[in-house]
Amino acid sequence: MTTAAAPLLDVTGVTMRFGGLTAVNDVSLTVGEGEIIGLIGPNGAGKTTFFNCLTGLYVPTEGSVRYRGTLLPPKPHLVTQAGIARTFQNIRLFANMTVLENVLVGRHTRTREGVFSAILRGPGYHRAEREGREKAMELLAFTGLAEKADHLARNLPYGEQRKLEIARALASEPGLLLLDEPTAGMNPQETRAAEELVFAIRDKGVSILVIEHDMRFIFNLCDRTAVLVQGEKIVEGDRETVQTDERVITAYLGAPLEGTTPAVTETDQ
Amino acid sequence: MTTTETAPVIPLPARAATTLTGLGALATAASAALPWTWTSDFPGDLTYTGAPAGLQWLAIAAGVLTLVLLLATQGTPGLRWAAPTRSNNAVLLAATGALAVAAYSVTAITVELGGLANLEPGGWILAGGGLLTVLGALGLPLDRRTAVPVRILDKRLFLLLPAAPLGWYGAHAIPDDQPVAPVMTALSGALAIAAGAVLLLQLGHLANSWLRLGKADRPLPPPRRLPSWVEVLVIIAAFGAGLYAITFGIDTEYGELFTGYLLLAALVAAALTRSGLITRLRTLTVQHRPVTTGAAFAAAASFPFTQSSDQYTSVATNILIFATVALGLNIVVGLAGLLDLGYVAFLGVGAYAAALVSGSPASPIHVQFPFWAAMLTGAAVSMVFGVLIGAPTLRLRGDYLAIVTLGFGEIFRITMLNLNGTTGPKVTNGSNGIPRIPDLEILGFDLGKPHTVAGIELGRFSNYYLLMLLVTALVVLVFARVGNSRIGRAWVAIREDETAAEAMGINGFRLKLLAFALGACLAGLAGTVQAHVSYTVTPDQYTFADALPPNSAFLLAAVILGGMGTISGPLVGATLLFLIPKKLEFLSDYQLLAFGAALIVLMRVRPEGLIPNRRRQLEFHEAATPAPPTGEPTALTKAGA
Repeated sequence: MTTAAAPLLDVTGVTMRFGGLTAVNDVSLTVGEGEIIGLIGPNGAGKTTFFNCLTGLYVPTEGSVRYRGTLLPPKPHLVTQAGIARTFQNIRLFANMTVLENVLVGRHTRTREGVFSAILRGPGYHRAEREGREKAMELLAFTGLAEKADHLARNLPYGEQRKLEIARALASEPGLLLLDEPTAGMNPQETRAAEELVFAIRDKGVSILVIEHDMRFIFNLCDRTAVLVQGEKIVEGDRETVQTDERVITAYLGAPLEGTTPAVTETDQ
Repeated sequence: MTTTETAPVIPLPARAATTLTGLGALATAASAALPWTWTSDFPGDLTYTGAPAGLQWLAIAAGVLTLVLLLATQGTPGLRWAAPTRSNNAVLLAATGALAVAAYSVTAITVELGGLANLEPGGWILAGGGLLTVLGALGLPLDRRTAVPVRILDKRLFLLLPAAPLGWYGAHAIPDDQPVAPVMTALSGALAIAAGAVLLLQLGHLANSWLRLGKADRPLPPPRRLPSWVEVLVIIAAFGAGLYAITFGIDTEYGELFTGYLLLAALVAAALTRSGLITRLRTLTVQHRPVTTGAAFAAAASFPFTQSSDQYTSVATNILIFATVALGLNIVVGLAGLLDLGYVAFLGVGAYAAALVSGSPASPIHVQFPFWAAMLTGAAVSMVFGVLIGAPTLRLRGDYLAIVTLGFGEIFRITMLNLNGTTGPKVTNGSNGIPRIPDLEILGFDLGKPHTVAGIELGRFSNYYLLMLLVTALVVLVFARVGNSRIGRAWVAIREDETAAEAMGINGFRLKLLAFALGACLAGLAGTVQAHVSYTVTPDQYTFADALPPNSAFLLAAVILGGMGTISGPLVGATLLFLIPKKLEFLSDYQLLAFGAALIVLMRVRPEGLIPNRRRQLEFHEAATPAPPTGEPTALTKAGA
């Protein structure tokens, strides 16, 4: 896998502080066209905070995030418009809308019909609406939810809600998809199906940055994996590099008894 | 999961139960032909033989409907359409309607005239008929839950029962001139009400576990295919009947009749829903949407033609204004999920704007805009205020927005009070308002003068009613079209989860502002008509809460009571909320109390509103509705295959 000359996403030195707490400290990361990049780390390592910095939910205290060479604006909807879509760790569907409507909402930035167009209902409106529905149904077929288009999102089983979140994110026609723990709470079969889905999305030409706890999932999927521990990126590389790294093992399995957590924080500061 | 069975409550032979119900219903209806009381002192004059009046018409309606539903569930050829579900519960509900009318009429006569002696034979037949109908219906095989545990309220609550008479005694033992006397009276009153509520609640629980009435899953048989024109005729007939029923309600001349009407209407609506007739009708209306819209509009437009005087068209006009504003609020509250507690101010802005440019001699601006320009001015000024209020506040979420809008509503009213020339610039004449707003003239048609159309004289209010109806239709159109579009979906998404909506590329602030501005604009539009209808605009027409609508609290209640996010919901809610206080003025001091109690009961029984949005119904009654089948073989995903 070769990284394109100008990476799709270029994160340099992002630091996020909440008062005295440094949640993310000087993290740099690049994602190239067609890459699947993994982000792992123990609970509380700052993975989701890092995601929120990328998607405009938080404005990083320091550092910059560039997408296709341009600085990302610090507003979630502008980030999505620029071409980065995301899913959430705890599913955040529009529970009382139908499956189809959820995906149609995802297409919001790619359509332009306003209030007057909606009231007057000219030919342009009908065309846009029809196209939107067709594209949404395509995505539902892609994720295997086409038959449930008219169900309420809240009534879908858990695994399908995850899929719907992905379909909804894809509806904004992103160049980069950020997945926050897409297999949380899934059984092994569902996880494997999710793997296939991620590959299929990559094959559509969408790069992916994925947070996960499931190591097998990450190492099966990702071209590169970055490890975040206590807000800092300690290592980045392929499966071998990450799995054999001392610090990663320490972070996940714990250090020998003497040098426990307080000692580590002291050295950190 | 509760299971249901089909069994009678009172074990009667099937034939006996049917006969009893039928006879009871007949007796109830027939009693209307006889005098119920001897004196014309009771409102409506129920003393004639063979000439039904007032409440007697309700008895006829209840009796006939029960009979029709009974025959339908028995499978009588030619009547089966009336009860597609064949549920006897529908009969029981209609029978309860008959009993309610009977019990209410007899009680009202007895109480108002002072004693049972005031009942004539007709009254006794009515009472007996009502009772027989319900007893018979209880003997029919009803859909019932198999087990309902007896619920006993917290024992401590029953301490209120002896406390109430003690409190009463205490209140009376204290001489009236003592300073604590009013406090004690209020206290004993509250105690008595609380004790009554406890008793009623416990009785309700007991009755519930005895009756165990439930809802069995009764699949509707597929409807018989009718020729298209017959279906259209059915829709038109249904709307005609609806118009008649609503006209009857609006035209009730005295509170007793209206109360009886309301009781019967509620139970009839329940009975028809249970019989499956409403579902059938809804299927038809969905198939013939343009016809339905046209029929609804035509039915509403023909209301003034059923009236002989302007007395009730003025009520109807005000209902329309109130309902239109409620529908505008529904965009803000029901779609975008923004709690606006000062919405009536936008109606006020529109009304004041229209009044200022109306050419009223009291207006400091001596211009008279033509009607269309005045309307645009009102809507535009209102929209500007919507944006001005919204821009700084819509960055707030939830409760904060409610507080800010509550403040805005009051600021508007107080500002209008203060722009009186002494405490501020002279613009609005303070509490006197802007009086003598001239009548509108559209294309040479003076709305202030009666006109004769098709041999029927339409008075001033009829003209305004028809004008307002056009405005309502416009608002309905805007709501329906915008609500079901990219913008509407974005609003609902914001209501559901604002963070997720923004992550989907929705500019939350801008869309919320749009909802606010559009809502304000529509209210302003209604306000321009209101200013001309009521001749005068004064600040105290636009308060947060009052005994009479429109005010912000009632508007919100109309939206929530009717059903958030729907079109017909706020219209129905607004109609009820306008009529109930108006017609129950005879309750005087207890009016708001009764009204509040009714609201609590309604929200307890139907939290999703009278006409629920499909979504919200699922939300509140999820346990009761079977989840969509998830057991179907999970289609292998394209990706997973």
